[in-house]
Amino acid sequence: MWDAFGFEFVNFYFIPGLVLGCIYALGAIGITLTFGILRFANFAHGEIMMSGAYLTWTVMAIAGAAGLTLHPLVAMVPAAALVIILFLGTDRFFYKPFRKADTIKVVMASFGMMLIIRSAVQAIWGPNQITFVPGIARPNATLQSITGDMGMMILMPNKHIWIFAGTLVLVVALGYLLGRTRIGKAMRAVSDSPDLAHVTGINVDMVIRATWIVGGICATAAGVFLVMDTQMLETTMGFRMLLPMFAAAILGGIGKPYGAVFGGLVIGLAEELSAYPWIGDAPLLSPGYKTGVAFAIMVIMLIVRPQGLFKGRSF
Amino acid sequence: MTTPVLALKNLKAGYGQTEILHDLSLHVMPNEIVAIIGPNGAGKSTAMKSVLGLLNIREGAVELNGEAITDTPAQKVIERGISYVPQTNNVFVNLSVQENLEMGAWTRPKGVEQRLDEMFDLFPDLSEKRAQAAGALSGGQRQMVAMAKALMVDAKILLLDEPTAGLSPKYRSEIFSTIQKIKNTGVPILIVEQNAKQALGVSDRGYVLVDGANRHEGTGAGLAADPEIARMFLGGGH
Repeated sequence: MWDAFGFEFVNFYFIPGLVLGCIYALGAIGITLTFGILRFANFAHGEIMMSGAYLTWTVMAIAGAAGLTLHPLVAMVPAAALVIILFLGTDRFFYKPFRKADTIKVVMASFGMMLIIRSAVQAIWGPNQITFVPGIARPNATLQSITGDMGMMILMPNKHIWIFAGTLVLVVALGYLLGRTRIGKAMRAVSDSPDLAHVTGINVDMVIRATWIVGGICATAAGVFLVMDTQMLETTMGFRMLLPMFAAAILGGIGKPYGAVFGGLVIGLAEELSAYPWIGDAPLLSPGYKTGVAFAIMVIMLIVRPQGLFKGRSF
Repeated sequence: MTTPVLALKNLKAGYGQTEILHDLSLHVMPNEIVAIIGPNGAGKSTAMKSVLGLLNIREGAVELNGEAITDTPAQKVIERGISYVPQTNNVFVNLSVQENLEMGAWTRPKGVEQRLDEMFDLFPDLSEKRAQAAGALSGGQRQMVAMAKALMVDAKILLLDEPTAGLSPKYRSEIFSTIQKIKNTGVPILIVEQNAKQALGVSDRGYVLVDGANRHEGTGAGLAADPEIARMFLGGGH
């Protein structure tokens, strides 16, 4: 059975689906938190991912010039710090004046911010794709031989192991933050009811800053993981991720971070598995239609169950 | 003469251009329960919100222990010891009972553990539900959570906006007896109520608000016995 289709299914569809799902999940966390706490759909969220990734590879290039080889996961730390500073500044000078404005105005403002960030990145790093390390990443030999001895050979390059591990660490850390810490509980409280949080005396501005920080870290990680996976930097990568990330956030329920993680994994898997030859030998859906799968899931959810699987807010 | 804990002096206030309070004066002395009663739309809840800086005060003053706090933002008002329980939407439904209480202590993070214990003593029903989501509780229990949450700070005064609205008679009585217990811990209470009779029953003094201004004031028992007020709010001669 494993030889007949398991090998192909797991290694060429399921694992890539999970990898993509992890990336969507991390991006969707920020979207759902911003939606829940700041109450607007942040169209610039994909650009946070993208600029975080560019900054990470810039840190690596600078370190490389100094004779130091940094793993992207290490270079990501200072890059995420830069992204956070950048976005706290953006919030202070760009979004804060909109705080009491209609939601649609803030959404439009975030659309503008998306264009500003992308143009800035294009101005600094150039509009062309930056590709590196061409060729096929070799699967992890240890994992291959251990699972091979068990009769279920799994081919997984190291970068995918890093992506899974990184996502797991971030999701566990997020769970700890939201469930155990004062600021995390306050984030849930503001997401629950901003008015009540206000008359409870919770420092809502502090909660908003925490939201940008958490969203910024997860988005930078998502961007870096995406680049690790695709081996290229592209200024439109954030925008391409936006639709599936929103689909993931809506699927999980707006304002529900765990929902976003679950939604991300589902969307990632659905996109990859839609190309599996379920019937006959041809892919069920041509891989070119992958993005359509996320879109279809989003539309169906909005019609059938707008509050999402985990009872988030519906508008 | 003792300084009132809370005093509203000749308040004119409203939302935007609309003036709702035309000339409101009231005060709460230490160890008092004071009720504001009056018909719908008289500005009872608005009076409470004016204390929290949630609307525009045109004229007049709000004083806490003799110090002006007029137009102070809510967060600062709460830091200074005024605790407020809104009428609806007064618990974080997705947070557990204990987390709600912890959020209530946001402005006074020290000694939370001890105050949690005190609250679970005061509200024994909540103790066994501390890990449950507040949204899963009944209306009466939610009200208890909301009150406990407000008492997590070292409150100088507690403002309750219609704490028994929509509750069954059993819970109504329980809320009123809890209000007395809270008073006995030394926290004065200002309460806005629709259930005028029961509210006046537990109150030391009361104010009758009509069209955004005081119409009558007196002791709780005195107002409850006043035939004109009885006719207006207490269900006539039944």
